Amino acid sequence: MILHELLSYELLRVIWWGLLGVLLIGFALTDGFDMGVGALLPFVGKTDVERRVAINTVGPVWEGNQVWFILGGGAIFAAWPPLYAVSFSGFYLAMFVVLAAFIVRPVAFKYRSKRDDPRWRSAWDWALFVSGAVPALLFGVAVGNVIQGVPFHFTDDLHSIYDDVWYMKFLGLLDPFSILAGVVSLAMLVMHGAAWLTLKAEGAVQWRARSIGSVAALVAVAAYAAAGVWLAFGIEGYRIVGDYVTGGPSNPLHFEVEKTATWLTAYADRPWIIVAPAMGILGGLLTFFGLRAGREVSTLLFSKMAILGVISSVGLTMFPFIMPSSSDPQSSLTVWNSSSSHLTLFIMLICALIFMPLILMYTAWVYKVLWGKVTEADVTDNSHSVY
Amino acid sequence: MEFGIVELSRLQFAMTAMYHFLFVPLTLGLSILVAIMETVYVMTNRPVWRQMTKFWGTLFGINFVLGVATGITMEFQFGMNWSYYSHYVGDIFGAPLAIEGLMAFFLEATFVGLFFFGWDKLSKQAHLTVTWLVAIGSNFSALWILIANGWMQNPVGAEFNPQTMRMEMTDFFAVLFNEVAQAKFVHTVSAGYVTASVFVIGVSAWYLLKGRHIELARRSITVAAAFGLASAFSVVLLGDESGYSATHSQKMKLAAIEAMWETHEAPAPFNLIGFPDQEARETHYAIQIPWAMGLIGTRSLTTEIPGINDLVAQAETRIRSGLIAYDALMHIREMRDAADPAVTATFEEHSADLGFAFLLKKYVEDPRTATEAQIVAASNDTVPTVWPLFWAFRVMVALGFGFIATMAYFFYRASFKGMDFPRPALWLAVVMIPAPWIAAEMGWFVAEFGRQPWTVDGILPTAMSVSALSMTEVALTLAGFVLFYTALFIIEMGLMLKYIRKGPFQDVLETDAWVQRHHDRLAGRRNADAIATPAE
Repeated sequence: MILHELLSYELLRVIWWGLLGVLLIGFALTDGFDMGVGALLPFVGKTDVERRVAINTVGPVWEGNQVWFILGGGAIFAAWPPLYAVSFSGFYLAMFVVLAAFIVRPVAFKYRSKRDDPRWRSAWDWALFVSGAVPALLFGVAVGNVIQGVPFHFTDDLHSIYDDVWYMKFLGLLDPFSILAGVVSLAMLVMHGAAWLTLKAEGAVQWRARSIGSVAALVAVAAYAAAGVWLAFGIEGYRIVGDYVTGGPSNPLHFEVEKTATWLTAYADRPWIIVAPAMGILGGLLTFFGLRAGREVSTLLFSKMAILGVISSVGLTMFPFIMPSSSDPQSSLTVWNSSSSHLTLFIMLICALIFMPLILMYTAWVYKVLWGKVTEADVTDNSHSVY
Repeated sequence: MEFGIVELSRLQFAMTAMYHFLFVPLTLGLSILVAIMETVYVMTNRPVWRQMTKFWGTLFGINFVLGVATGITMEFQFGMNWSYYSHYVGDIFGAPLAIEGLMAFFLEATFVGLFFFGWDKLSKQAHLTVTWLVAIGSNFSALWILIANGWMQNPVGAEFNPQTMRMEMTDFFAVLFNEVAQAKFVHTVSAGYVTASVFVIGVSAWYLLKGRHIELARRSITVAAAFGLASAFSVVLLGDESGYSATHSQKMKLAAIEAMWETHEAPAPFNLIGFPDQEARETHYAIQIPWAMGLIGTRSLTTEIPGINDLVAQAETRIRSGLIAYDALMHIREMRDAADPAVTATFEEHSADLGFAFLLKKYVEDPRTATEAQIVAASNDTVPTVWPLFWAFRVMVALGFGFIATMAYFFYRASFKGMDFPRPALWLAVVMIPAPWIAAEMGWFVAEFGRQPWTVDGILPTAMSVSALSMTEVALTLAGFVLFYTALFIIEMGLMLKYIRKGPFQDVLETDAWVQRHHDRLAGRRNADAIATPAE
């Protein structure tokens, strides 16, 4: 096969870096409101019926939403195998916690209302809360760690070794900057869940979601801005030094990397990327006002804009770095040294071009079929068939 | 065997994978059975078929969610526990996993919500389409997973790249149309169809024994027996096809399953039963069927199937060849683009055996310094432990033939005896419910344990594939998974039993009214016949 040489290796790598962002953002936009609703559940629903309303706003769609997470894993495996290998084994225990949350959440959705026992239901409500809030926090913590660099190195035959004792793989993640990043992501997803509930619920559930969500929006904006200032003055960045090729073999050891004073030099090199953080802050503020004013469709769109801005700002600021190494900068994973082969990237691009539009089309159709509010009557009238 | 990080990681993978596969076969088969039932409903408009769709759909949902939830672990633990594997073969292995998400899993997961919530929101035809899309999505999922797994068994369409120290894809279509993967796919989904058929027949038989939900139960048995019979034939035939493809791709696995220590003059006999002795390398008290192995394995009377001892000797040769490749690779890695072309040529000549040199990594850091004794030990390592394979395979095959017989019987009673089933047969059907799960787990055990000591056959040893984790970490997560999965299993079984006991609870009035009218019509026709006959 020589067809794949129609697109240069370098271009394919940049495209797949973009698609990695698309997947993460797709995940945050869809599964994000599931997590947000889970985290809000004990606070927006005081009675069983109210909680069931909140759960049933995401009931028919959580399965599809969760596939963004799984596809994210699969796509990282296919397009960025070293990233898949280093990050998941490096964040081993944190990954286990996230997996446990993603396993228990579907079960909680599905099983909660299948028995009438209030203790059974309340146990699953807590499971939904924890499995929504904890991963929402941990995703941000992981990003905070990636921004600062993760302590790992490659051996000559590209075994990745984590340069710290095992419990630091979990406890070591919880440094102040990363916790701040975790607050950003938790607050952002709670805000997103609230925006979703504003659209899909009414009455007390909607009203409580709006008031909690507006606080979350302000916290998200404030924490994001604070993290930006911290990034400017307190966090080292990385850069590739010496001669290097962008279309060469994926081997990190062929590159030289050093630490720099700050990541934010990226904004001097590529001023246009300021659009991303601006969208993040503006989107968060607009969501705040939307929630206060009780606007439904536009608030959800503003919330999506905030998420889009915040996540892409991280990727754009770090480009071409994907996961720098703090203990051995030379082992850092970048767009130019940690992708699949030219052929695999090309084949996966063809697959993505065929299937992503289809996925977006039928997902949109499903949301259209399910358009409209979930009411208390919907839950009580169909008590056996809904969640 | 010493118990280290490799064994612990294998234990965790085996446990989570086999647990995942408790739910997958029922999803695969029940999704199609439910779609068939709904198709009948849409075509005949009879409410009992809608009730069947919803009832089996409820059980499908309880099972489906755990299949999805435990599948998440599978997608991520290659990176968590098998990071060198992920680096080394991700270029090939990752692609089918990602395509599975894009093409199949998104489809089934997006529409499964509408299956449950869309009854009042969609037209009948649209809802039926949704149900079929869920079934098709589930089955396509299996296709891509088995393409990935098939590549681990028979790694085609890829070669080692010394610049990146990993395997890279050279021919996507070879990976896609890998004969092992194709046979495995049909074998596996057929096993799922058998599982669902046995499940539906067993639950329905229980209703008939209790005298409940007769209309639903009889119709369910009729559909499941026909579907199950075809699938039971398919699962055995394609199992045979897998055996045939193993004759050229995984000779050692085949010989180990057969406990065939020495190469036998063609056509080889089949060990029906026996007691394999790994130490002495012989099988005690073997009862053999002459010619059968040769016929199954090679479909000829003249082709030899190599025995374990000869395969060990071949492995030793390949280890020595692999050492030449390894030595050349060290030079290439050092020099990069400036490598000596002669060395590069040597490497390419021997690179197919590189994985065999890696077998020595278990004994020495640098395989080139291995002693003769270590080379012999490494060649012996290529033999998986025989007796569990030998027995697991036989249990699976015996159950497979048992399914054909059971399905044929129920199909006969349903089609030609007016859906009248004797009570002992109904009890048998209830008792048989766990059998397809046992067969499926045995099948996976044979496939994966029989591949040892490799993760990717002949390419990458299991011992080298593992992440650099501490025992404590893996022990913690393993304990976590065991506790967590046990709790989920108890909860799931509790709900399953609750909803089976409860029986169909949706559309009850409408269905009962239809059943009454239907019986009146049938009785009326009989009365009319009775009146008409004397008049003739």
